[in-house]
Amino acid sequence: MLKRLFTLIHSRNLEFFRDRSSLGWNLIMPFFLVFALALAFYGDGKPLFKVAVYHPSGQMDEQLHPFLGLKHIEFYATDDFQGTIGKVARHQVDLLLNLNPDQQHKERGYWINLDSPNGYMLEQLLQGIDHSLKRHDTENHPIRYIDWVVPGVIGMNIMFGALFGVGFVIVRYRKSGYLKRLNATPLKPVEFILAQLLSRLIIVVFLAAVIFVVSHWILGFAMNGSYFDLLVVTILGSLSMIAMSLIVTARVGSEELAGGLLNLLSWPMMLLSGVWFSLEGSHPILQWLAQLLPLTHMLDAVRAITIDGEGLSDLLQPMAILSVMTLLFIALGSYFFKWSDR
Amino acid sequence: MSTPVIEVRNLVKNYPKLRAVDGISFAIKPGSCFGLLGPNGAGKSTTIEMIEGIKSQTSGEILFAGTPMDKDFKQLAGIQFQSTALQDFLTVEENLKLFASFYRTQTNLQTLIKDCDLGGFLDRDASKLSGGQRQRLLLALALVHDPQVIFLDEPTTGLDPHARRQFWDLINKIKAAKKTVILTTHYMEEAYRLCDEIAIMSEGKIIAQGSPDELLAKHFGDSIIELPLSDIGDYKPFETYYFHEDRVEILSKNLTESLKRLLHAGINLDRLKIRSRTLEDLFLELMQSPRD
Repeated sequence: MLKRLFTLIHSRNLEFFRDRSSLGWNLIMPFFLVFALALAFYGDGKPLFKVAVYHPSGQMDEQLHPFLGLKHIEFYATDDFQGTIGKVARHQVDLLLNLNPDQQHKERGYWINLDSPNGYMLEQLLQGIDHSLKRHDTENHPIRYIDWVVPGVIGMNIMFGALFGVGFVIVRYRKSGYLKRLNATPLKPVEFILAQLLSRLIIVVFLAAVIFVVSHWILGFAMNGSYFDLLVVTILGSLSMIAMSLIVTARVGSEELAGGLLNLLSWPMMLLSGVWFSLEGSHPILQWLAQLLPLTHMLDAVRAITIDGEGLSDLLQPMAILSVMTLLFIALGSYFFKWSDR
Repeated sequence: MSTPVIEVRNLVKNYPKLRAVDGISFAIKPGSCFGLLGPNGAGKSTTIEMIEGIKSQTSGEILFAGTPMDKDFKQLAGIQFQSTALQDFLTVEENLKLFASFYRTQTNLQTLIKDCDLGGFLDRDASKLSGGQRQRLLLALALVHDPQVIFLDEPTTGLDPHARRQFWDLINKIKAAKKTVILTTHYMEEAYRLCDEIAIMSEGKIIAQGSPDELLAKHFGDSIIELPLSDIGDYKPFETYYFHEDRVEILSKNLTESLKRLLHAGINLDRLKIRSRTLEDLFLELMQSPRD
């Protein structure tokens, strides 16, 4: 029995180590996650709170204000005063501290979202150090965390449906020889790719709409914009992510490798695109990387509609970026597409 | 003489460490059934896939009706691979309609369903068909656009004898409709029954080509007398003979003389069998012969 067991273990190990693509993936992914997470949360530990400081000098120490000497709070300088008030309202920043009385915002003080537990905690700390600072509420209606996070979770669901729903199906078609059979017909790669893309789009958008409507009815999160605008932005975002998966699976014939590559796309989007938390104040490289991910632009546009009530005319930039990404991904996917893995 | 429907000239396919097809040439007459035979790895499938346009050739020419093959050939060719997965959860009828949509012209689906005997399971999920039903569906998918040339790659592999014979009837119907059929198979009886001309490939080259009867006549001028070993005793035949586990095969160029010798030697001929040489004999002999 032991001999049979060892022989089976040995043969399975040979299978794993001889599948270069799978082996490579199993080595690369852990390294990638370790470094990505280390970059995201670099420093002595993940700070508990995020505070934006408005001051022209960019000075960020306790000589400027004793509050800045507290540990486990992430302080970062901002020069966008009004924009940062919006971020406080959206729970992207816990507190905005204005230490710049000479400029147009003459009043020293701080801004918090009254619905934010983090804002409350920071206020208690700040008041314990400096009584003179006056509290200001965010000018917009205070936004609950649920208003901010639910579009992110639905977006993440769209992302998984888009990436894995198409990617695995195409790899399975290729592995089973179905693509080879289609190649024997006059069907062109671009026709096949477009059909997969549009079919998945219908499914993903339909499911997202159902989830959105039901959860909005139950949870009652903010929806201050137009449903039509939301649909347009969701379609553009979904298209770009489905097209992205088509590039990844253009040639892959191994489900293990495809799964790995799709994880390589989905994990960064889950961490960097603002699904759960904002990248405000994080390493500039991460913020730059986030701009390369379609989910980032889709969530920015979706939240602008649901939370701020903006319309499509306000969202031309993210819509243009998503459209360009979609076209680029379709072009690359068609160019690299192979019917067979041999 | 009519222009060949397909002509292959000095076709070569190289892989990094292998020459899979080594400068082969042949021509296929319109309305005929051409068989490509050979052991596994002989280069049959690579040759067929180059003609089908699925693989590109390293060098050589492939002509369709006298002109170089182009992408439009796919509109005129019907292809059945040995094993093809189909889309999950689609019925037989839905698969037929899906494949029909890929082509500019379509055959009458009701006629196709009747010809391929699909009527009894049109609403069934294609993944739940028996081997014979599945092969008939795959053949129907290859015929759905009324092609001029039909490629059949080992279409009866794995079928039981009854299903195989049903399939042969279908191929004969296709031949009767003056379509050109290109067939690869490991079954020599199938090739003998269906093909007007065959080419036998080995190591990327064609080592024999002609009609099955021509090839048999060219390579063999004898018949085989089979006797159980227990009946022949110590008799040593005058002719060439081969001992097998339970029988002896005597290769006879003159049956009357051979039988007279056996009777003269007092051999019991009650269990004697006489058979002509078959394509299988030819195939085995060619595979065993040393080649340049």
